[in-house]
Amino acid sequence: MVNFSTFGNELYTGKRSYDFVGYRKIWFLIAGIAVALSILIPIAKGGFNLGIEFRGGSEFTVSNVKTTDASLGEKAVQGVVTGSVPRVANVAGTTMRIQTDKLTDDETLQIKEGLTKAYGVTDNEVTSTFVGPTWGADVTKQALMGLAIFVGLAAVLMALYFRTWKMSLSALVGMAVTMFMTAGVYGLSDFEVTPSAIIGFLTVLSYSLYDTVVVFDKIRENTSDMQASTRRTFAEEVNLAINQTLVRSINTMVVAILPVGAILFIGAGLLGAGTLRDLSLALFVGILVGTAATIFIAAPLYAALRQGEPELVKQAKRVEQRRAEAAAKTTSSASPATA
Amino acid sequence: MLVWLGVLIAAMTAVLAGGTIAGQAGWAPKLALDLEGGTQMILAPKVEGGSGITEDQLNQAVAIIRQRVDGSGVAEAEISTQSGRNVVVSLPGTPAKETRALIQASADMNFRPVIQTGPGAAVPEASRTPADQLPKPTAEPANSSDENWITPEVYKQFEALDCDNPSQDKQQRSDPTKPLVTCEPASANSPAIKYILGPVEVKGSNIKSSSFQLQRGAQGAVTNEWAVNIQFDDAGTTKFKEITERLYKFYAAGGGQTGSDPKSQFAIVLDDQVISAPRSLAVITDGRPQITGGFTEESAKALSDQLRFGALPISFEIQSEQQISATLGGEQLRMGMLAGVIGLLLVFVYSLFQYRALGLVTVASLVIAGVLTFLAIAILGWTENYRLSLAGVAGLIVAIGQTADSFIVYFERIRDELREGRGLVSAVENGWKRAKRTILASKAVNLLAAVVLFFVAVGNVRGFAFTLGLTAIADLIVVFMFTHPTLQLLARTKFFGEGHRFSGLDPKRLGAVPLYRGAGRMRTPEDKPVAVVRAKNTGAAAEAERRMTIAERRLAEKQDQAQQAQLAGTSKSASKEGK
Repeated sequence: MVNFSTFGNELYTGKRSYDFVGYRKIWFLIAGIAVALSILIPIAKGGFNLGIEFRGGSEFTVSNVKTTDASLGEKAVQGVVTGSVPRVANVAGTTMRIQTDKLTDDETLQIKEGLTKAYGVTDNEVTSTFVGPTWGADVTKQALMGLAIFVGLAAVLMALYFRTWKMSLSALVGMAVTMFMTAGVYGLSDFEVTPSAIIGFLTVLSYSLYDTVVVFDKIRENTSDMQASTRRTFAEEVNLAINQTLVRSINTMVVAILPVGAILFIGAGLLGAGTLRDLSLALFVGILVGTAATIFIAAPLYAALRQGEPELVKQAKRVEQRRAEAAAKTTSSASPATA
Repeated sequence: MLVWLGVLIAAMTAVLAGGTIAGQAGWAPKLALDLEGGTQMILAPKVEGGSGITEDQLNQAVAIIRQRVDGSGVAEAEISTQSGRNVVVSLPGTPAKETRALIQASADMNFRPVIQTGPGAAVPEASRTPADQLPKPTAEPANSSDENWITPEVYKQFEALDCDNPSQDKQQRSDPTKPLVTCEPASANSPAIKYILGPVEVKGSNIKSSSFQLQRGAQGAVTNEWAVNIQFDDAGTTKFKEITERLYKFYAAGGGQTGSDPKSQFAIVLDDQVISAPRSLAVITDGRPQITGGFTEESAKALSDQLRFGALPISFEIQSEQQISATLGGEQLRMGMLAGVIGLLLVFVYSLFQYRALGLVTVASLVIAGVLTFLAIAILGWTENYRLSLAGVAGLIVAIGQTADSFIVYFERIRDELREGRGLVSAVENGWKRAKRTILASKAVNLLAAVVLFFVAVGNVRGFAFTLGLTAIADLIVVFMFTHPTLQLLARTKFFGEGHRFSGLDPKRLGAVPLYRGAGRMRTPEDKPVAVVRAKNTGAAAEAERRMTIAERRLAEKQDQAQQAQLAGTSKSASKEGK
């Protein structure tokens, strides 16, 4: 980045231009492959790594442990429930997390005692959690319902604001790509899918649409007088709008991702697994993909959807005609001047 | 605008200060359980027979659970319903096994006959009945009203029971086949009373329905007395007939006087507490008793509600139980805050790097948005009992980026206007006009997401949605009332107005094409290559002209100049312009 504002100037003036719309078939292909992979990878791996909220079971957290030996925790559990296979993990510094299948109250108390002894901590440093398998599913069901309502309302809102359903459709396709790819990263990375991750996921969707609306508003502005102008074709106008808002897109993405990244990378080290980390991964991936999806998918798709409209085809012809005339004029007028 | 913002912040601060002085609010936001430590249980109501649960019933359930939790001596328990389906119980500390069982259990309503009553206070140690004079059963009890149920243990318990200061360790359910010693808590018009009750005779599940109304007098005229009606099912009707036959005898034997034999009373017991103990004034054969005497409309409704709820045995299944240690929550909060602060600092550095002095406006705007959000959360914590959870903190941190975006959109629009060659003051106005639309449209999407999630989603998703919506509103307030007015002011200063190179608005750095371009020429519409614009109306043409990229404009101008040069027959002096 030599000089960001010069970069911005050149993008704005059209001196430097990236052809986002022209190469749209490549972007769509890449997105298609990425989405297909995002669907296939979790299937191939046998589903997502679901958190305890979805599997159901009991969870113990032991803080301030003297040693982080996982076998101590396993023994403490197996001493009470023979044959069970607990998941023991060192989640942060001196905190251990032990997850088991569903336990009875008595077993829970006994294991709690066992863990207290095994890790040499006091009573209140061991906490236990019981989660029914329906809890996570309930949260997800409600969240999905919220999602459906939100998508419907947002589509209507955008269609009303932009006065064309094609923008709504393009924005939603961009959002869907973001959604699949974010889910795909969860499938790939083996991060646990917890209700917190679902929250992050929902935020990503809202962010993705938000980002698209900002860019689309510029497109709306640039193309509002399409019929009267022979300056550029519709596709070129869309491309110019993307380029003109590119600096905004990059700046916004960086600003949004800095705090999230701080949580993800600092938090992951210091906090271990927890609400904040689960959430920030979804956000981190989602903001990156969402910003890209607006530029590479949503806006080019909008151009593609509208390009075929008879009015715009006529307009494109006029632009070409005008250009041909201008080119003829330039060559005819330039030669005497240099002579 | 700036003044109004100041007024707004001052007003919010004053409200909060008032609340704090009144001792109800605090300067710090209230923390949710996951940050404060404690136990959260999410209970799913289960109705026997599998029928659905109405909102009314759920609210009754919450009331009952609250009574149980308070009764078990847990202070500051929070009980609420969630999306009309679940009950969330949040308790500080770890609940005892018994408390948990009690919370889960279905409402336990039944009818027991009264054997003996007494004033609510405990009998003083000195005047208690000596051990050898305690009543001893002389035979097996013949029926539920039989005094032979009173064993020495029961009587001792009865004397020791203090209904004015009920001990709060009642965590075991009574045995329905044994007598019960319990209280009727003091109410507005009667002191606490204690009872020895016989075994359960009719269960609450035998109640078909219950209602309340103004009593009708002998002539059918409506009196001023409120009455509660019960309707039993068939089994209940048969049993209740048997009871009233027996109890009415005691009443008749007592000469039909109120205050005669307590054995003519039957007690309606909910969760082992007597909620009412009416006297049987007649034999009820149709299963439709009416309870009268000293009801107000309110108390009649309350009893009727309780009876109806007792008729529907709802038990609770624990869906999730989470114990959160205060230290763990605190640690998460601290680390979250740390990460947030680091993230915020990075944002500050980045915006200063990108926007130079203008970045300071971003920083100030973010700080003000932060102050507004903080005040709002603290006030809501006081008035609406809103508690900040970890998910909420995450929402706040995420909001930093989206809040800063409003400023970025705005600044970029101003820069665009500057590139078009406007002066700063008009660039700010024009940029604002265009940015305003974009900001409003995009924030509408954000708010929509927050509102939908808040109303549809459950659990910590709600806390998150709430903070997200709150910050979106704070952002709008700040960008309208602070950022834009500040820029209007700054545009008039020398530093910004003349485009100092550290102002972030230096036209030269932005490659602006000035309107005045030396050599005594102004760039005017007449300058434009009119022939090139093949437009039908000039207004649109002018708009299209404005939309022309600068590179295109320069090219067009060059062509134009070349033409002019050709016409004038002069050489290069004119074509140097505009370089």
